[in-house]
Amino acid sequence: MKPNRPATHDATGAVPLRHWVWAFVCERWDLVALSVLAVAPLMVPALGGALGGQVTTLFIYCILALGLNVMVGYTGLVHLGIAAFFGIGAYLFAILTVPMYPFQMRFVTAAAISALATAGIGLALGAPTLRLRGDYLAIVTLGFGEVAKVTLRNLEQITGGMKGLNPVPPPGAGLKVGGIDLGLAFAIDPRWFYYLSLAVLAGVVVAMRRLEHSRLGRAWVAVREDELAASAMGISATRVKLSAFAMSSAVAGLAGCLYAASLSTTADPNAYDFNRSIMVLCAVILGGLGSIPGTLLGVALLVGFDTVLAPWADSAIQQWNINPSGSSLLSFSGWRLAIFGLALVLVMRYRPEGLVPSRRMAAELHEGHA
Amino acid sequence: MQFFLQQCLIGLTNGALVALVALGYTMVYGIIRLINFAHGDLIMLGACLALTVVSALGMAGWSGAATWLGIVMLIALCGLFCGAINVAVDRIVYRPLRDAPKLAPLVSAIGVSFIFMNIGLFWLGPADRSFPELLPATNLLAGEGLQFTMKDLLVLLVVVPLMIALTVLVKSTRLGKAMRAVSQDPTAAALVGIDVDRVIGATFFVGGFLGGAASVIYGLYINTIGFQMGFQNGLYAFTAAVLGGIGSIPGAVVGGIVIGLVRALSSAYVGERWTGAIVFAILIVILVFRPEGLVGRAVKEKV
Repeated sequence: MKPNRPATHDATGAVPLRHWVWAFVCERWDLVALSVLAVAPLMVPALGGALGGQVTTLFIYCILALGLNVMVGYTGLVHLGIAAFFGIGAYLFAILTVPMYPFQMRFVTAAAISALATAGIGLALGAPTLRLRGDYLAIVTLGFGEVAKVTLRNLEQITGGMKGLNPVPPPGAGLKVGGIDLGLAFAIDPRWFYYLSLAVLAGVVVAMRRLEHSRLGRAWVAVREDELAASAMGISATRVKLSAFAMSSAVAGLAGCLYAASLSTTADPNAYDFNRSIMVLCAVILGGLGSIPGTLLGVALLVGFDTVLAPWADSAIQQWNINPSGSSLLSFSGWRLAIFGLALVLVMRYRPEGLVPSRRMAAELHEGHA
Repeated sequence: MQFFLQQCLIGLTNGALVALVALGYTMVYGIIRLINFAHGDLIMLGACLALTVVSALGMAGWSGAATWLGIVMLIALCGLFCGAINVAVDRIVYRPLRDAPKLAPLVSAIGVSFIFMNIGLFWLGPADRSFPELLPATNLLAGEGLQFTMKDLLVLLVVVPLMIALTVLVKSTRLGKAMRAVSQDPTAAALVGIDVDRVIGATFFVGGFLGGAASVIYGLYINTIGFQMGFQNGLYAFTAAVLGGIGSIPGAVVGGIVIGLVRALSSAYVGERWTGAIVFAILIVILVFRPEGLVGRAVKEKV
């Protein structure tokens, strides 16, 4: 894809510098964001502590949301159970690496196998159910999410029940590079995971872009826009939808691997419940369906609000001693749900196409009003 | 056999309650094709009001006819309350989104559900609260060796008449006819002079009223309420609506009873912890073989 030149750049040369900088940021937001995030851990010491872990989680959710975006954004299939695939990826990865199982594979092998296997499970669910109409398909994915959660919780011999599987070893455990024990480094300093998940996220963003403009990506969009017309042009709607299902599941599974590795446990199955699916779905819709920057922004706002801002605001309120009685009316997290809900309602009211809509989606929406 | 019958009885009663909630989902879906995620939490708010009123009036100390009268009053009050909230939410949140992309109202409904949950959190506090027993625990079927108390009877006494009333409303009143017209084709309905927004508002009111009634029965029957109760119950009720064929009123009733029976039987024979998985696995299997639900009619996708 050739980037369009910023409009201000074409003018006669007397372009104020800040306009030029702004246009550059808008056009190459990806490079700007990547370099800021890459330098941040060196400048902000807090990222070496708990904040680093929180931001890593944020990156992992970004990967998960990009996976969901394939199904909901590009192909237009509502998916209410993405967290189940996230969880399946995490558990498969854990089974392939934890000491209590005989496999104990290396990080990359285990991640590749679990992502592929998650895609296989996605295919197995999708194949019989894809002929269902929109909302019924949504319910099937919702139901599958519940089945997966309950199964993970109850198969205690395999999944460790509510305790989850642990310890999941860090990547490169036992590997020495230049005198540094990689596994130890990952375990001690959260910045290692920060960079690992940032790198994977960048890789997924690049892959998604290539995919978006590939033959398959265009077929996804064609099926979303008009299934009948797409079929008339020789696209097999079922195969295209199935491939979207598999791709979503694979990326979600990959995010699950990173999640389990970064926490060094799969956590309990409730970490992969319906609420998680809804949160990620809301992030994708809020940001703008089918739009990569939109999806990333949506996750940054929703998940960032939950995992970074809310705990910070709570501790700040405590520090300033505004709330000596500990009443939930005065604590920030007491209002967390209402703020979250109000934000969703307001954005949908005033920007139903999302915060950063994809150009194609926006054009589609405004067609009817022209 | 006795044990099996007992489980069926439990399932039937529970199922009737699920069906009452499912009707709220199915009516709204039937008319504007919206999965109203906030319905479960609306019922939670109704239960909050019921608990507040019951405690304020000291209804736990009442007996006999006063109790029954009190319950009827409670159902009417909570029904009006939930109906009014539902209409207000439709007016403020969903109505501006009628022409928006399909997923926008869905996300708004999720947002409204979070707001309701937060209100419930302030109203009830973070812990579960117990709802007082108002009815004596007399066993009505002791002769047959079964357990069927006043509470179980109450569920059926409330649910069955409400469902009959609803069927009459939809089948043979002017408003019901308008509802069916709007559900089939809102534009054509508007063309023949139906005030579409008012009919949608009325549908939200009826769905909310049934939800309010369900909230009172839920409190009296389950005896524990909490700010997170809406989610799980909403999920089961919604599943029931889909199982029966979403948008269809008899479908919601059949679906609710099937869900109730499946839950009771699987809790009794397989183990309570697998119940959730079994219910949803059955849902998936039924949808694969009968995509239009148990009672629903196949809808041709518009081209």
